Amino acid sequence: MSMYNETVIEHFSNPHNVGDMENPDGEGVYGSPVCGDMMKIMIRVDENDVITDAKFKTFGCGSAIASSSIATDMVIGKTIEDALTVTNKQVLDALGGLPAIKIHCSVLADHAIKSAIYDYAKKRGKTYKGLEGFDPDADEEDTHHGCDMETALPEHLSDL
Amino acid sequence: MEENRQVYLDYSATTPVKREVLDAMLPYFTENFGNPSSLYTVGQKSKDAIRTARDQVAGLIGAQPSEIFFTSSGTEADNWAVIGAAMWKRGKGKHVITSAIEHHALLHSGDHLEKEGFDVTYLPVDAQGFVRPDDLEKAIRDDTTVVSIMFANNEIGTIQPIAELCRIARAHGVLFHTDAVQALGNVPIDVNGLGVDMLSMSGHKIYGPKGVGALYVRKGVNLPAYMQGGAQESGKRAGTENLTGIVGFGKAAELSGQNLEKHIAGLRGLRDYLLEKIRAEISDIRVNGSLESRLPGNLNVTFKYIEGEAILLLLDMAGIAVSTGSACSSASLTPSHVLDAIGVPVEEIHGSIRFTVGDFTTKEDIDYTVEALKTAVSKLRGISSLSRDSGF
Repeated sequence: MSMYNETVIEHFSNPHNVGDMENPDGEGVYGSPVCGDMMKIMIRVDENDVITDAKFKTFGCGSAIASSSIATDMVIGKTIEDALTVTNKQVLDALGGLPAIKIHCSVLADHAIKSAIYDYAKKRGKTYKGLEGFDPDADEEDTHHGCDMETALPEHLSDL
Repeated sequence: MEENRQVYLDYSATTPVKREVLDAMLPYFTENFGNPSSLYTVGQKSKDAIRTARDQVAGLIGAQPSEIFFTSSGTEADNWAVIGAAMWKRGKGKHVITSAIEHHALLHSGDHLEKEGFDVTYLPVDAQGFVRPDDLEKAIRDDTTVVSIMFANNEIGTIQPIAELCRIARAHGVLFHTDAVQALGNVPIDVNGLGVDMLSMSGHKIYGPKGVGALYVRKGVNLPAYMQGGAQESGKRAGTENLTGIVGFGKAAELSGQNLEKHIAGLRGLRDYLLEKIRAEISDIRVNGSLESRLPGNLNVTFKYIEGEAILLLLDMAGIAVSTGSACSSASLTPSHVLDAIGVPVEEIHGSIRFTVGDFTTKEDIDYTVEALKTAVSKLRGISSLSRDSGF
């Protein structure tokens, strides 16, 4: 498949960290079926605030599945503070890039992780600098209505 | 899984050129390369070849050869017919009627006309994908000049009641065009029996080459020229003819006419077998569009809780080519407007796959495909955040 590079294809064909988690310490859902991508991420966090495990379930296209796989890989072993610094661009770079039109899929991974951490923070009554101004519900509301994918597109592609 | 097996199930996207078609074309690249407008022998040979091709294409739809105008594509034929006819009749009125499930060649021609100050009505379709003749009757106004309804849909294969729709338009003195790109070679077509004024065709959907199409224009319909220049195509479509393409289209049309009944029965058998196997092997599916009055090779199925591009990728890895109505696979990131028009919930449009079988499809191809599909669907459902319990 020439549309995706080998890393993307590998993570899509044999995704890491797929599955459900019993009583996760944090759980986040981002996206919606209507928009064609819905990602659920669950995390296990130890007493040192380190993410010891992450699992995902994703409804979506090849790149959504691949970015879920690599993004969960990226946060396992990180502290919550470090995991919150994982950016959309880092997910993209780890995948070796995505076709321009698919970039919104890695935005989902980034948001889904943040949502899971938000849930964890809320349950434990913790606050993190990296979560300032983050509201998973408000964002989700946006995607429900607008499926706002073009914002993630380079400007020259927005007229495609 | 068998290694390296290739199964092509996207015949509605395009077809391979048949050997007989290629053989007919080849001499016109080399020894018979003359310009059909040249008066010497090698030019006249080319002119003869185009005449033969025009007869062959006319023969497939029961037209007079003088009513066939070659174009570069079905899209060009659609643009010419609808925009040309609307411009030609604009003195009478500026209202055009089409349907919500047309190909983009038509929908975007409609957009263009709207920008030019025309009013365009897009008729809805019912849940099975059919335009209701009553809706057309009601939509026609005093200033309506052109109606364009596609013969058979490219995504869900529904074959519209063209004769009836055409009768309504003509009773009001309105021109009727139909995009028959998908219908040609898959449905018997007789332009006089139907009464259509214009009909678009394409070569590469009937085992001919890409880059050639044709527009049927009924005698007496004085459509303005599409290209200005030489006297080619009776002065209506200037530019040196796509000689090899036209020869190939002609040959493909001839073969299509000869094999029509067998082709239709063969495709229908395979398509029905595919559906039967999918139903037996895979749960939670939805068949999109009517199973009556449908292109014989077309099947459009939603696999619930998963997304179509991901299915397409896994099938491609197994050597199988299909297409999807999912937004993720389209350059515009918009889900299929056709599935939307027949009321398929958006989340189920994302999981739709179109299979189109053709003359080279075998029963073994279908068996292999359903096995691969079963594996792909079960794998993706294992990954998906949606399930029967999550309620879609």
